[in-house]
Amino acid sequence: MSEIAHGAGGPIPAAEVPEMELPHPHGWWSTYVFSQDAKVIGIQYSLTAIAIGLVALVLSWLMRLQLGFPGTFSFIDPPAYYQFITMHGMIMVVYLLTALFLGGFGNYLIPLMLGARDMVFPFVNMLSYWIYLLAVLVLVASFFVPGGPTGAGWTLYPPQAILSGTPGRDWGIVLMLVSLCLFIAGFTMGGLNYVVTVLQARTRGMTLMRMPLTVWGIFTATVMALLAFPALFVGAVMMLLDRLIGTSFFMPMLVEFGQQLRHGGGSPILFQHLFWFFGHPEVYIVALPAFGIVSDLISTHARRNIFGYRMMVWAIVIIGALSFVVWAHHMYVSGMNPYFGFFFATTTLIIAIPTAIKVYNWLLTLWRGNIHLTVPMLFALGFIVTFVNGGLTGLFLGNVVVDVPLSDTMFVVAHFHMVMGVAPVMVIFGGIYHWYPKVTGRMLDDTMGKIHFWVTFLGAYAIFFPMHYLGLLGVPRRYHEIGETSFVPASAQDLNAFISVVALVVGAAQLLFLFNLVWSLRYGRESGPNPWRATTLEWQTPQTPPGHGNWGPELPVVHRWAYDYAVPGVAEDFVPQNQPHPAPGHAAQGHAT
Amino acid sequence: MTAALLLIGALAAIAGWWLARHGIAAKPWLETGPAVDLRPDDATAGSAARIGLGVFMAVATALLVLLLSAYSMRRELADWSPPPQPPVLWANTVLLVLASLALHRAVLAARRGDRDATGSWLLAGAGASLLFVLGQLLAWRQLAAAGFVLTSNPADAFFYLITAVHGLHVLGGLVALGRAGARLRRARLDALRLGVELCAAYWHFLLLAWLLLFATLAFSPSLDWLIALCTAPFG
Amino acid sequence: MIVALVLVLVAVGSVAFHLWSPWWWTPIASNWHFIDATITITFWITGVVFTAVVLFMAWCVFRYRARPGHRAAYEPENKRLEIWLTLATAVGVAAMLAPGLVVWHQFVTVPANATEIEVVGQQWRWAYRLPGPDGRLGAVDTRLIGPDNPLGVVPGDAAGQDDVILDGEDLHLPIGRPVKVLLRSIDVLHDFYVPEFRAKMDMIPGSVTYFWFTPTRTGTFDVLCAELCGQGHAIMRGRVVVQTEAEHQAWLGSRGSFAGLAARPR
Repeated sequence: MSEIAHGAGGPIPAAEVPEMELPHPHGWWSTYVFSQDAKVIGIQYSLTAIAIGLVALVLSWLMRLQLGFPGTFSFIDPPAYYQFITMHGMIMVVYLLTALFLGGFGNYLIPLMLGARDMVFPFVNMLSYWIYLLAVLVLVASFFVPGGPTGAGWTLYPPQAILSGTPGRDWGIVLMLVSLCLFIAGFTMGGLNYVVTVLQARTRGMTLMRMPLTVWGIFTATVMALLAFPALFVGAVMMLLDRLIGTSFFMPMLVEFGQQLRHGGGSPILFQHLFWFFGHPEVYIVALPAFGIVSDLISTHARRNIFGYRMMVWAIVIIGALSFVVWAHHMYVSGMNPYFGFFFATTTLIIAIPTAIKVYNWLLTLWRGNIHLTVPMLFALGFIVTFVNGGLTGLFLGNVVVDVPLSDTMFVVAHFHMVMGVAPVMVIFGGIYHWYPKVTGRMLDDTMGKIHFWVTFLGAYAIFFPMHYLGLLGVPRRYHEIGETSFVPASAQDLNAFISVVALVVGAAQLLFLFNLVWSLRYGRESGPNPWRATTLEWQTPQTPPGHGNWGPELPVVHRWAYDYAVPGVAEDFVPQNQPHPAPGHAAQGHAT
Repeated sequence: MTAALLLIGALAAIAGWWLARHGIAAKPWLETGPAVDLRPDDATAGSAARIGLGVFMAVATALLVLLLSAYSMRRELADWSPPPQPPVLWANTVLLVLASLALHRAVLAARRGDRDATGSWLLAGAGASLLFVLGQLLAWRQLAAAGFVLTSNPADAFFYLITAVHGLHVLGGLVALGRAGARLRRARLDALRLGVELCAAYWHFLLLAWLLLFATLAFSPSLDWLIALCTAPFG
Repeated sequence: MIVALVLVLVAVGSVAFHLWSPWWWTPIASNWHFIDATITITFWITGVVFTAVVLFMAWCVFRYRARPGHRAAYEPENKRLEIWLTLATAVGVAAMLAPGLVVWHQFVTVPANATEIEVVGQQWRWAYRLPGPDGRLGAVDTRLIGPDNPLGVVPGDAAGQDDVILDGEDLHLPIGRPVKVLLRSIDVLHDFYVPEFRAKMDMIPGSVTYFWFTPTRTGTFDVLCAELCGQGHAIMRGRVVVQTEAEHQAWLGSRGSFAGLAARPR
């Protein structure tokens, strides 16, 4: 019956997982602030990420005001505009998405979903959060230094990033680079924890192939991040040396505004290679946790096992590996050796295949399901639409020659916002609506959630879908206004104004979400331990919210995979992972907890 | 980036092999009961620390290999003029080998349960490592005195940067070594053994890393043939 | 029900927007219509996939919505189906990649008879250098850049004496003759971008990059910078005039050479 090795007399007893020695908090400070409990750290990560994300949201409003109504707001001059886009981009990609998925969801869910008491190195885990917070503070500090934050674009390409034609050249860029180095150091500490916890602290019976896809996604993304972030670290340190000490890693001989500089012999393109060796895996570092989480949302709320679980796992792993050999597709028009284009276009388009398989399997999970249109499910559907849209436009940009006219236009902006902005954020929202009851014991308000979803989904689509066509027209990105041209019709400005208005509305809807988060904490409906009737372990904790150490005296034992929904012959439409199989002869009797 | 790709390839191969051994092809929906756990029986806190160190060393390797990748990418440009390698680097290499050997002896002593010998060997290893770091500083001074400073050209800057990053890893290791040494008397024997083993593993890593870095900096082995092989179909 | 309907509207609306919105690429003015063709192929394939996915999803949401007594089907996997879908995807991907690579091969293969011209970017303006009667561009050195020698042409190089230097003027090109554009920057990254030509490439200080094209339509076209180059990025503008061969020769004759520029009294 089973395909894995069983002894003649039934299953071989599994290796016992030894009890962890948990650091027990003493008093309020070590319980809620300097906590070593992964759940608290996860919440700290999430709240910090959301807080800095609000800054990014306001910045996006400001830049949309400028783009939609150029010249109306005198305080948004070109330097300010570039500072806004730079900080918006960096905050969203690194300080919000990466931190929230891995630091937030990862910390909260990995131990719970694997039946562990906590992460394996709780102290290092705590340190990880505090260094992240420090990185955020250093980043925020750059708003208050002379010259303001850097306006080099989130890609921070030298030589521009450290020359005087770029805003924030004095202190902004230095603080940005320092903050990134701190972030990477902090993340590495957290990442070590996530990886070793998955490898080492799974409870009895939790084989790799019984892990929920959420854990697979976060785990693979963490492994990738651990290997990719060093590239950014190296690049950041080298640029810091160029800026502060006067080395010439990235600085060739230059004439800046008629002035010969003392640099010489550096290679600007070297930075681009380092940046994108990090930057492309980074896209999947954000996407893979989203893939994992959305799989679990769809399966749970469609009451159907995830379709093709093995393919889903393999696809995650293959995408993770392939994402390291596609980085130069960000550099097709960078002037690198043009023959690289053949290789990177091929690898880039190949990565579409495992990604497509994942999309098919989400659809096939819906197919013949029993779809409950809860708020998490709505966000999951929104994710599929926006992700497929953004993924398909990626096939334009990945195909080297098509990228030539479209690169550095608004098409690129629309593409990456759809695929790694809107789509992962949809999953974050879906995930928060889904797990909020476990974190707080109360449900988020449904009506507010639905309004939030519809405004966000339709609004974001209305913002970014038409934006592709601005790029097709030839409108370059990173222009604070397009100005006089012979090829952009006046109607394009109307479209820009429309996009800006929608962006303001979508932004406002996020405030409703924040209100919901706070309001429901007090007034939300009590959820009980397992409101979605889900199978995974985090819903089977003895307490809700889970207490210190997660489980009672005994760790749970896992008897089945994470997707036993609507199992034939079982009355209930779900069977929790820790529920034993009925003894032979009573096979037809299912019982729910 | 050839070196970085080779590293990623190697790690992917290891991951693939490991996943294959851990039932990546299993059909979990057919399994009944708490399945066989394929982890070794001694899934103790010690082995978590071991794996943690392994992961950390993989990250540190990625960092160093990316530095080397950047170095070799820059080296291919026409105006490359590397600084001379101060002879003291050879002496430093010997010191690091000695440190690594000393820590290996410390492990043997710790396994015997001989706390005194463990302490002596740890001290010897730490001393050799400190001398190594001082030797590296001496190499910097010699280079700087000969006019090869950070700002003179990228080749010189790379030498300082790469040796500095490696040196910082040695200093970080010394902190860990100091902590293991400080608990020499009061730690339980298995905890002591674990701590010493982890330090020794890290030192062997530092030695290997240094040999790789030194070989690249001093002899510039080239991977051009590999690039030629890979780009041949497109040429 | 409403959800399914909205999903259908999203799919149909996107297609309608694509077909009827007034925003589309600018008429091409170079030989790179193959690039446009590749984009069109990609639009077709991806458009079909997107519509199919969203409509299928809408149908599932409608058909398999939760109702009392309804229960999902238990089906862990279906290997055949997944293999077929994988193969179909691979075919679709190949159908986009293959033409793309063929056109890219053309893009990186510069015709032997292409005229070399040079575009130099600096914060925040364009300068150009055309070969004189000898058809060759002279050597340059960034160290020589100064008020008298804005592009750093090496005075001792004979090939550079007759080079035509356009600093702050429009670039003029003859129609129908392939051009290899050598790209140079003296400060930060820039990108010589003329939307009508489709082709573009970054310029990197410290090295020379290139692309080639053949102008196929006369007219005056905007030059923009497409790589963030500091706070003046958006105002870094210029113009290219594509004209007939005769007009071009006449214009070229009216320009002074580098040697003339250097000999000019201060």
